[in-house]
Amino acid sequence: MLRQMEGSHAVAEAIALCRPEVICAYPITPQTHIVERLSELVQEGEIGNCQYINVESEFAALSVAIGASAAGARAYTATSSQGLLFMTEAVYNASGLGLPIVMTIGNRAIGAPINIWNDHSDSMALRDAGWIQLYAETNQDAVDLHIQAFRLAEQLSVPVMVCEDGFILTHAYERVDMPDLNQVQAYLPPFEPVQILDPADPVTIGAMVGPEAFAEVRYLAHHKHLQAVEVIPQLASEFAKIFGRDSGGLIQQYRSEDAETVIVALGSVVGTIRDVVDEMRDDGVSIGAVKVISFRPFPMLALRAALENAKRVIVVEKAFADGLGGIAVNSVRMALRGLTTPIYTIIAGLGGRAITKASLLRAFGEATRDELDDPHFLDLNWTVIDHELARAKEKRRSGPIAENVLRDLGLVGGKPV
Amino acid sequence: MTQRIKFYQTGTLTVGNRLLDAENRSVQSTIDRSNSLTSGHRACQGCGEALGARYVVDTAMREADKKLVAVNATGCLEVFSTPYPESSWQVAWMHSLFGNAPAVATGVAAALRAKGREDIKVLAQGGDGGTVDIGFGCLSGMFERNDDVLYVCYDNEAYMNTGVQRSGQTPPTARTATTPTSGGSKGNVFGQGKNAPQIAMAHDIPYVATATVADLHDLENKVTKAMGLSGARYIHVSVPCPLGWGSQPCDTVRLARLATETGLFPLFEAEHGAVTNATKIRRKVPIEEYLRPQRRFAHLFKPKPDVEALAAIQAIADRNILKYGLLG
Ligand SMILES: Cc1ncc(C[n+]2csc(CCOP(=O)(O)OP(=O)(O)O)c2C)c(N)n1
Ligand code: SF4
Ligand SMILES: [Mg+2]
Repeated sequence: MLRQMEGSHAVAEAIALCRPEVICAYPITPQTHIVERLSELVQEGEIGNCQYINVESEFAALSVAIGASAAGARAYTATSSQGLLFMTEAVYNASGLGLPIVMTIGNRAIGAPINIWNDHSDSMALRDAGWIQLYAETNQDAVDLHIQAFRLAEQLSVPVMVCEDGFILTHAYERVDMPDLNQVQAYLPPFEPVQILDPADPVTIGAMVGPEAFAEVRYLAHHKHLQAVEVIPQLASEFAKIFGRDSGGLIQQYRSEDAETVIVALGSVVGTIRDVVDEMRDDGVSIGAVKVISFRPFPMLALRAALENAKRVIVVEKAFADGLGGIAVNSVRMALRGLTTPIYTIIAGLGGRAITKASLLRAFGEATRDELDDPHFLDLNWTVIDHELARAKEKRRSGPIAENVLRDLGLVGGKPV
Repeated sequence: MTQRIKFYQTGTLTVGNRLLDAENRSVQSTIDRSNSLTSGHRACQGCGEALGARYVVDTAMREADKKLVAVNATGCLEVFSTPYPESSWQVAWMHSLFGNAPAVATGVAAALRAKGREDIKVLAQGGDGGTVDIGFGCLSGMFERNDDVLYVCYDNEAYMNTGVQRSGQTPPTARTATTPTSGGSKGNVFGQGKNAPQIAMAHDIPYVATATVADLHDLENKVTKAMGLSGARYIHVSVPCPLGWGSQPCDTVRLARLATETGLFPLFEAEHGAVTNATKIRRKVPIEEYLRPQRRFAHLFKPKPDVEALAAIQAIADRNILKYGLLG
C-alpha cells in the first residue's frame, strides 16, 4: 500500500511485519522514532507476543538480543553513533556466535565534538565486526532491506545491520510502498535456529577456543560472508517476485554501463548523485554511478565488473580514516586490483554537512579533467582551518578547537581567542 | 525456608544427611542429582567456585524439573568448565561476555516468554568482578525491570581468572596482584568496595540472599526458595579460592564457615528490600582465625601483628554482627 510516512515509522512498521519476538531498545538520536513507534506497535498488540525490553544501555540492548536469539527468538534492536560504539563488544560477540540478529543503524557522526547529524563514521567503525552491512538509499530501500535482512540473517546464521542515513532518511517523509503481512510471511519463513538453548537438548554455547581451532572458526565466518555474496542477489530476485519491486542485491548501477567516469557511493547521497549524473549526461559528460548496497560482504566481483571499463572511479563517502583518507575506497581498490584505473575519494557530508548538487558537480567536473586532489574534502572552509592552524601555532593553549571554529564562523558569540 | 538444622556431626559442624528425613536431605546427596557441572573440568584443587556452582545449578535443576537455561559471565567458572571442544555443563548453557550475563539472561527469559515457554527457568551466574564491577550496569537494569532471572554471584573477592587482581569485593588489607604489599603498603585499602547484596535489596526485588559453600543445606534452601519465586532474584555466595587467597585446598569449606562465624560474611535473606532472616552465629570466632590461614593477609601477622588493621577488620565484623543481629 502506498503511504506517505516518516522513514522511521516506515522501518518500524516493516520490522513489525517481520514479526520479531524480542525487541530491545535504548534511545539515541536519530534512531529514536523507530523504537518509539515499535513500542506502540507492541503495546497495541500488532506484533503478537513480541517482548519489548527497555534496557539501560546499548551494551545491554544487544546483549538482550544475543540471549533472545540464542534462545531461538527473532531479535531486533536499533542504534546510532555513540550507541553502536557502546555496544561494540557485543557486536563482535553476536557475529562470533552466529546469531541472526537484525539491527538498524540510523547513521550518525561520532564525537567528539558531539554531533547528532548524519555521516557514516559509526557503521564504518564496525564494518569488520563480522556483520553483514546493507545501506539504504531511500526509505523504500530501508523497508525492503529490513525484510530481506531477516531472511538473509536467518538463512546464514549471521547478524545483519541495515544502515540508513540519520535524519536524511529516518526523519524524512517520503512515499513508501508498504508491504502487507501476507507478502512478508510468504517471503520470510519462521526462524529455524541452527543452535538453540533448549533444556531438552542441552548444548554449550560460547565455549573458549584456543589457538588449535580459532583460525578455523574465524575462517568459517569468512566463508559465511562469501556465501552471502551468492545469497544476497538470490534473495533480491525472490523479493522482486513476491513484492513486485527491484530492491536489494549487492550493487545497483545507474547509467554506468558505458560511462568513462563512475561514481561509487553508499546510502542516501546516491539520490543526489543520480541527479548530478543526469545533469552531466545532459551536458555530454560520460558519467554514471554505482550504488553499493552490500558493503559487507563487499561485492568484489560484481563491482569489478561494473567498474572495469571505467576510465576513472570516484568514491564519495561519509567517513574517513585520519591521516589516510577514505575507508570504502580501500575496498573499491581491492575490487579493482591489478587495474590502473585512477581512483579518487571525495569525503563529504561529515556531521550532517549538506552535500549539494553544485558541490558535487564541481568536484566531479574536476575529477573528469583529472584535476581533483585526493582525498578531496568537499566544501571545506579553508579560511577557518588556516586560521585555527595559525592560532595553534602561535599559542599552545589556544583554546578548544571546536569553539574557536564556531567563533570564526560567527556561530557563537564573542571573538576568537 | 532456611531453618537451621540442629543435628551436627561432632567437630566438623557439618550437617549429617543420614540424620535427616529423606525429603530434608541435600540435593547433592541424592542419586538423581543432575550433576550439572560434571567432573573433568579444570578448576584448581579446592576451588570454592566450582563447588558453589555445582550446588547452585544442581538445586536449580531440581527445582526447575531440569527445564533450565544457564547464562555465564566470563571468569574462572566459564574458562575452567568449557575448554573447547569439551564442556562440563550438563545443562543448556551459554557464555557471551564478561559484563553482560544479566542482560543475556534477560534476553533468554524474554524469548521464552515470547514463545510461551515460561516453564523453562533462567539462571545467570558470574564471579564478583563480572557481577559487581563490569556487569553492574546490566545487573541493575535486570533488577530494576524485575526480569524473571535468578542471578548468582560467586564471590571469591578478586579477579581470579586474570591472576588475582583487586575487585570491588576485595576486602581491606587483602593482597592482590594490583594491591601489593610491597614498599610498606598494606594491601587493599579500607573504606572502599561495595555491598552488593544491599544494593540488590535497594532495587526492591523479590529476593536477595547471601550464602556460602560451607553450609550446603542453607545454600540449597536459598536456591530452592529463589527458584520458587519469579522476578529478579539475587544470591551472593562466598566461594574461597585457594589460589587467590593463598589457602590450602582442604581449607575451602572451613574458611567459608569462618567467614560467617567471624561476622565478616553475614548470612541473610531479604524480600522486597527488607531483611527477613539472618543466620545466627553459633560460636563467634575472632577474625584472626579466619585471616591467618590465608597468605593474602600474611602481612597482617608478620613480621609483627598489625594491631591497628586487625582491630579495624574486627570492627567491620562486629558492625555486621550488630547490624544483622547475628548473636544470641
Ligand atoms: C571486557 C573485558 N574486560 C576484561 C576481561 C578480562 N577478564 C576475564 S575474566 C576476568 C576476571 C573475572 O573475575 P571474576 O568475575 O571475579 O570471576 P573469577 O575469575 O574470580 O571467578 C577478567 C578481568 C574480559 N574478558 N572482558
Ligand atoms: S583461581 Fe580460584 S576461582 Fe579460579 S579455578 Fe582456581 S580456585 Fe577456582
Ligand atoms: Mg572473582
